[in-house]
Amino acid sequence: MKKSAHPDPFKEARLEKGYGEMNDQDDPVKMLLRHKDVRKTAHNWKTFQSGATPGRIVVPSEVDIRDTRQIPFEVDPPMHGEYRAVLDAWFKRPLDAEYQKKLTQQINAIVDDVLTKDKVEVVGEFSLPLQSRALTLLLNIPYEEAQTWISWGTHVFRSEGEALDGDKANILYDYIDSQIDKAIAQPGEDLYSVLLDTEVNGKKLTKEEIKGIIILTFAGGRDTVINAVTNSIAYFSEHPKSLERIKNEPEITGKAVEELIRYFAPLTHMGRVVTEDTQVCEHAIKADSRVSLCWASANRDEKVFENPNEIVLDRKMNPHVSFGFSHHNCLGATHARQIMKTLLTVLSEKISTIEILDYKENIEELGEFNRKVGYDNINVKFNKK
Amino acid sequence: MAKITFITSDEETVTVEGTSGSVMSLAVENNIKGIDGDCGGVCSCATCHVYLTPEDLEKIGEASEIEKDMLELDDDANEYSRLCCQLEISDTLDGVILKVAK
Repeated sequence: MKKSAHPDPFKEARLEKGYGEMNDQDDPVKMLLRHKDVRKTAHNWKTFQSGATPGRIVVPSEVDIRDTRQIPFEVDPPMHGEYRAVLDAWFKRPLDAEYQKKLTQQINAIVDDVLTKDKVEVVGEFSLPLQSRALTLLLNIPYEEAQTWISWGTHVFRSEGEALDGDKANILYDYIDSQIDKAIAQPGEDLYSVLLDTEVNGKKLTKEEIKGIIILTFAGGRDTVINAVTNSIAYFSEHPKSLERIKNEPEITGKAVEELIRYFAPLTHMGRVVTEDTQVCEHAIKADSRVSLCWASANRDEKVFENPNEIVLDRKMNPHVSFGFSHHNCLGATHARQIMKTLLTVLSEKISTIEILDYKENIEELGEFNRKVGYDNINVKFNKK
Repeated sequence: MAKITFITSDEETVTVEGTSGSVMSLAVENNIKGIDGDCGGVCSCATCHVYLTPEDLEKIGEASEIEKDMLELDDDANEYSRLCCQLEISDTLDGVILKVAK
């Protein structure tokens, strides 16, 4: 097994019964594993709701550490669509040439920096700063602010032991409160100020709603982007020819990004709360219980993907669900895709090889399944062209 | 060379010309409203949904199974729906009229 491989722990259960089970703080979760079921369930927001108690659709549940509703993530249609309608244009800014230019400058700078070092711990010294700096572009705030977020470490909600950490979450919530107050006192062109001036259904967004949107922006794009970037570095270290191919065939970069994101599925799954007695995979599910949509398993469904456990860089048909599916598809996907495209381009221009020195995998325990989602740490040496 | 006409949801008609690549890419290059092509054309996002005329559908053909599965879960889809990332530009497409779903 290659060091950069991410095995599929769901295969047997997906083929045999279509679901798996895990407990989570005495609020068990039935994990849906088949591509078709995952997409159908994601689409059926009436029976499988997101607008439950804040924090409950997240696994592990954040009910005990968060009261603020994340928006639009924990809101169902039709209100969900009202929020998306006012947010989508802002979150599509990564398509602008100026945004892309700044992102390219940031990623060029960090790659140049790691090339001067003999040893780089990718998670903390590469992916985290890269993700934090890029987030300043998404929020449209000064670059220097990234240093504060870098100092928080890799997880906003989780500390070393992966358990939920209320104190750590408060650091983020207090910070966001203070940033909103700052924007009230001194409006600018940042996301906080834009939201303070935004109306939904003829009413200005409240401070609590703005907080919910900003928490989502921070939390949703942190571990996920860090995993996608770190896992890509590990992959290219064992597949230098893939990097060479992107250099020679830049037109496949977009497809390569989708394929890496399919294979890594940086977010394993996302929950829904069942609103009525129903069934999935001929299995009864009771009202007020939880299911999860297992993106990671759906992305390896052999009924949909040929050679699902291989990275086929220019995979042409790739209906992966790493950014979720249907109404709640990832708000930050444009930003994430742009980061990945830029990263692949810059790496292919500047890097010849990457050597893995040592590493510790980050294995999620999900009831009967153990899934590698990324690395706790991975030391590498980057070599220039 | 194919001339392709898009009718957007606000009833604007735009005709553009292309020689290769997907219809989605052509639409994105020409800023056709309602065609986003978020996934770059690998059939994972359904942000390039168009309706064909019955005659054009007959000429161009039906969607593949993966594309159909995607459209099945789109509330706005009908029997004339296609995802235009799956339409390769060729002479066959010359003169088609595509109504943008979004």
